[in-house]
Amino acid sequence: MQTTILYIGRDTEITIVMNRLLNARPEWKGICVCTDEEAVSVFKEQTVDLVLLGNGIDQECEQALKLKLEAIKPGIKIIQHYGGGSGLLYGEIMTALS
Amino acid sequence: MSQFILYKENTRGHANHGWLDAHHSFSFANYYNPERMHFGVLRVLNDDLIDGGMGFGAHPHDNMEIITIPLAGAIAHKDSMGNTAEIKAGEIQVMSAGTGVSHSEFNALPDVQLNLLQIWLFPNKKNVTPRYDQRALDVTARHNNFQQILSPNSEDDNVWIHQDAWFSLGKFDESFETEYKIKKAGNGVYAFVISGEVTINGQILSKRDAIGIWDTDHISFKANTADAEVLLMDVPMEL
Repeated sequence: MQTTILYIGRDTEITIVMNRLLNARPEWKGICVCTDEEAVSVFKEQTVDLVLLGNGIDQECEQALKLKLEAIKPGIKIIQHYGGGSGLLYGEIMTALS
Repeated sequence: MSQFILYKENTRGHANHGWLDAHHSFSFANYYNPERMHFGVLRVLNDDLIDGGMGFGAHPHDNMEIITIPLAGAIAHKDSMGNTAEIKAGEIQVMSAGTGVSHSEFNALPDVQLNLLQIWLFPNKKNVTPRYDQRALDVTARHNNFQQILSPNSEDDNVWIHQDAWFSLGKFDESFETEYKIKKAGNGVYAFVISGEVTINGQILSKRDAIGIWDTDHISFKANTADAEVLLMDVPMEL
């Protein structure tokens, strides 16, 4: 079964890389966006199993985004992605899904 | 009462990509071990051997303090902040990835294998402005001494990072004994043996073994062989 992962990060270059990394694994489907509006829209319209918060999201936006997402679909895990690349990605996702 | 975890050399994750022979002390890339995720804020310790001229093309990082210590050879570094540099054995490089940075790192030499330690710490503040620094170290100052090479303080005579962490390197004569005092209450120490054999808090450690110690304010140290070399990472235990 494929796990759908929504990634939100402000840096376009990193977001493109994250999209490539997430979709390189057949067991994952990655949807990567840069704005909170896009994230909320995807979260409303599609099945999402896990949310990764990437770079550049300040604390105020992070709190507001979490509240919005939790109000739409409570119980979906929202975790911080560190590192901006492949190094920690697999471990973060495996830990979140276990 | 102090607590500890032993990390023996042969229990590290291993990935051989031909040009890159990597040993991972903690889960990294395709190596995933839920028991080896981090030691406090220390998230990555990679021990990489990189063939001449080979390396990592441009790739991004964010929100991580990245420290690179070449043990043999030299690294050619280039990043999106405009830094182009070579970092040789005896030097240390730090990069605060913060809001995002892209860099490449290659073996600067065509015919000499590069051995480096790459260490990632979770930062104490997210989304900082990316920064880069490197420093040549006085290697004579670590003879029978834990020479501080990294701290949170920009005023110190070493590189600094966005975390309450202190790194020290020491190279010791056989039978030399000393004690290391932990810099901050609540920190633990991850001791990584670069070469030789040592005894730390009664545990015998060989080349590339490590021990993580916490709930204490000091550790005891003895070198069992000549030229024993150890990296101490004094890091917050709370994420």
